[in-house]
Amino acid sequence: MTGSQEIRAPDLSLLTIQQDSQYDFLFYLNFICSQSASLIKIFLCSGMPVDWLVKTMQARGLEVFTQTFSRTLPFPDENKERYMVKGTNVYGILRAPRAPRTEALVLSAPCTQGDHNNQAVGLLLGLAQYFRNQIYWAKDIIFLINEHDLIGMQAWLEGYHHTNTTGMDWSPLQGRGGSIQAALSLELSSDVITSMDLVLEGLNGQLPNLDLANLFYAFCQKIGVLCTIQGKLQRNDWDSVSGYSHSVQTMMLMVMKQASGRPWGDHGLFLRYHIEAATIKGINSFRQYKTDTNTIGRLLEGMYRKLNNLLERLHQSYFFYLMPSLSHFVSIGYYMPAFGLLAVILLLRALDLWVQLASPPPGTEDGVVDTEQMWSPDVLSVLTPLVISHLTGVALYYLPIHFQKMALEHFPVSDTEAVVLTAIAVYTAGLALPHNTHRFVSGEGTEHGWRVLKLVAVLYLAVLLGCTALINFSLGFILALTLVPVAAFVTPHVPKVPSAFVLVILSPACTLLFSVFFFQELQEVPISFQDGWVLYLSVISQGILDHSLYGSLVYPLIALLVYPCWLLFWNILFWE
Amino acid sequence: MKILTLWSLFSTYLLASSLNIENHAAQFFSSGHTNNWAVLVCTSRFWFNYRHVANTLSVYRSVKRLGIPDSHIVLMLADDMACNHRNPKPATVFSHKNMELNVYGDDVEVDYRGYEVTVENFLRVLTGRLPPSTPRSKRLLSDDRSNILIYLTGHGGNGFLKFQDSEEISNVELADAFEQMWQKRRYNELLFIIDTCQGASMYERFYSPNLMALASSQVGEDSLSHQPDLAIGVHLMDRYTFYLLEFLEDIHPASKTNMNDLFKVCPKSQCVSTPGHRTDLFLRDPGSVLITDFFGSVRKVEITMETINLTDPIEQVEQSPVNGELQKERNSYVDQLPVSEIIHQKPKQRDWHPPDGFILGLWTLILLVFFKTLAFQETAVGSKPPYRVQ
Repeated sequence: MTGSQEIRAPDLSLLTIQQDSQYDFLFYLNFICSQSASLIKIFLCSGMPVDWLVKTMQARGLEVFTQTFSRTLPFPDENKERYMVKGTNVYGILRAPRAPRTEALVLSAPCTQGDHNNQAVGLLLGLAQYFRNQIYWAKDIIFLINEHDLIGMQAWLEGYHHTNTTGMDWSPLQGRGGSIQAALSLELSSDVITSMDLVLEGLNGQLPNLDLANLFYAFCQKIGVLCTIQGKLQRNDWDSVSGYSHSVQTMMLMVMKQASGRPWGDHGLFLRYHIEAATIKGINSFRQYKTDTNTIGRLLEGMYRKLNNLLERLHQSYFFYLMPSLSHFVSIGYYMPAFGLLAVILLLRALDLWVQLASPPPGTEDGVVDTEQMWSPDVLSVLTPLVISHLTGVALYYLPIHFQKMALEHFPVSDTEAVVLTAIAVYTAGLALPHNTHRFVSGEGTEHGWRVLKLVAVLYLAVLLGCTALINFSLGFILALTLVPVAAFVTPHVPKVPSAFVLVILSPACTLLFSVFFFQELQEVPISFQDGWVLYLSVISQGILDHSLYGSLVYPLIALLVYPCWLLFWNILFWE
Repeated sequence: MKILTLWSLFSTYLLASSLNIENHAAQFFSSGHTNNWAVLVCTSRFWFNYRHVANTLSVYRSVKRLGIPDSHIVLMLADDMACNHRNPKPATVFSHKNMELNVYGDDVEVDYRGYEVTVENFLRVLTGRLPPSTPRSKRLLSDDRSNILIYLTGHGGNGFLKFQDSEEISNVELADAFEQMWQKRRYNELLFIIDTCQGASMYERFYSPNLMALASSQVGEDSLSHQPDLAIGVHLMDRYTFYLLEFLEDIHPASKTNMNDLFKVCPKSQCVSTPGHRTDLFLRDPGSVLITDFFGSVRKVEITMETINLTDPIEQVEQSPVNGELQKERNSYVDQLPVSEIIHQKPKQRDWHPPDGFILGLWTLILLVFFKTLAFQETAVGSKPPYRVQ
């Protein structure tokens, strides 16, 4: 046993560490982890050791089942180096000794090749053995080891809940627990750690209930394990400038991660099924005080005991929040008014345009003839840019994937690059639209025409941003920050070149580019421009892949809705 | 001579003792109750309300230990903690941490369990209005010589007690139930103990005689739990009942501790909340009431070799006042529901009140009209000149 084990915090009513049997647990854990970790190190070079895992879990008294899945990605994923993915998930169910099989908890560890997560599987097996000897479980516990991290997890969840939303090919699950109440995913790469990092952001920016984060943090404090969020330790000096900026940085990191819409841990896919889940990562940095696997095991055992005592799903605390640190949060009631104020700008502009349109234009003498002329080309003049912009958006959505073969024939690039560069090409081609579509627009040149178009575009943008902010606040807010100013001020009469430049700089693609650099800055790993550009291309490819693999909504939202909206403003700028 | 004195002494002694026996007999038959009952209710379910079940079971244990048999105890537990899936020590309910005392035991008899613990069932048990098919173990078969102990615990508030997370019993309902019991002569004396938040509000509305009430906290205060057990993972007992249990563990069937000691259980320093009690409806002085009058079933046994003549009417022994002060005046029942005001009947007024506002206004109006017409007549009359100018 290493490290001091005194408990410093006041008693929590859910605290459940059994002091006298600690020795048994530690003994088991020591033995099992050392064995498992070394064995897994041998096997992991060649894929997941399915048979060994099945045998080991069965030896621990779990009901073991496997699930095979396969998926061909639309184009190769260069980050994880996979294209045609085939894998097997292994999961063992620990049945509650006295309870009916109506509820379940999940502990998962993604098994990836190499040394990335070797310790987690060993810890999981040790915990399985310890848990099997206890009689106080009121819910089944499912120990899941998924291959190919998110893809395997998606296959397992789809199989468990009998849904098939992403077109993956998986074998049906032979064994099942009850309805899953909570899940924890474990990522542990070293056998000693200095701190545990809590990852909350899930698919489409969804977050677990704040109670889960509070539970974990309170228990970490009680055990004496350092706990971080976004990889940053929290500071005690809230009043000083540096302390405040530290927490702002932490919060901005969370905003960036949430806006990307991708699941930042295996837990991210559970949230869609209304299962509260979080990922716990062990971080080994250059600190002197290390925590060993035994304490991590105690931590997880305590967490599961707490989740076991729950009588209903976690629902009492907030589902929408931002965390500047683990002990502070900003709830939706505080941050939504900020977004509301931005949306009000758009609504005021729309009101202004409506009033301008309704009042007769100055300087007309024969009002009767002019009014007739004014109101007739309304629909036509607006519909054409709308349709053309949305068709460009649809092209941006479909062309990159479907025409990658054609791109490959003509250009010497790899598959992924072909897709990404096609996307950028379509995006840039859209910029040339206003000059080409003037032939089709009949209401060209009138003051009235662009006002109507701008009214429609502004209202459209307001509704779009509102809906986005409701689902994924960070994405909605970032888009609002960049798009609302230009949307409000763009007219055909502002100076063309500077405003075109500003409009392009604040378009979604460039916002993404700047966000990439900003994100790296926040994580204190600043990168050069070339590396940033490569990272930017990989972010675009990840976005497209996330959409086809897990159903992330960021890429279709940007391509089909935000980009056409932006194109409308581009049209307005070049109206004559 | 000696024999004569001895014999005279002996005879006087016998005479005195026989007189004493008569006195004793008078005292023996003048005591209040002949049997004891207990109704112990735990009203909350779910694992984290373990302490309420432990509270009730610890009072059950004390009551049984002091002599009340299971046939005279109605035990109502709203949830099963001993066999809950989360209990790491199945078939046990502990009241002290480190598992020192298992109050579940081997011979616990639960009469109303789980979802049978409802407000309706509780009130039916108290008032005796149960369907004919109810077994004896679920009935409170008390008579007018029964001393009843009623213990309630759970989650409560100002004026109510929550049953099973879905319904409530209010203090008015409880007071009315006790009044029904009094009118049906279902109790001789009743001790009511409640261990919930704001427990004192539950006995505020009592108006039947011979009720004594204790509560763990005053209105506006919360009753707190005592200590968690780290292996079981929940709080085991509430503070008030924990100290009550400790107090009761020292009581044995022959002890002479009285109610004044019970009122001192769990002062604010230990309980954090202020326990309260109510004795104004109780006809005896609390100092003369033994704990075993309610918590135990003590049979009075006197062994004598004398024959006692019971044909004479038993004289009521005049109990001298404790402090030597004058006898208090007769208690009158508190008028809880002023029916007369509700049905708009004026109660007989002892002192004169000025007439009602409406009547006053009506009279004023009549007077005004009268004087106005009079004035009008006068002006009408006065318009005509009283004399002609010649």
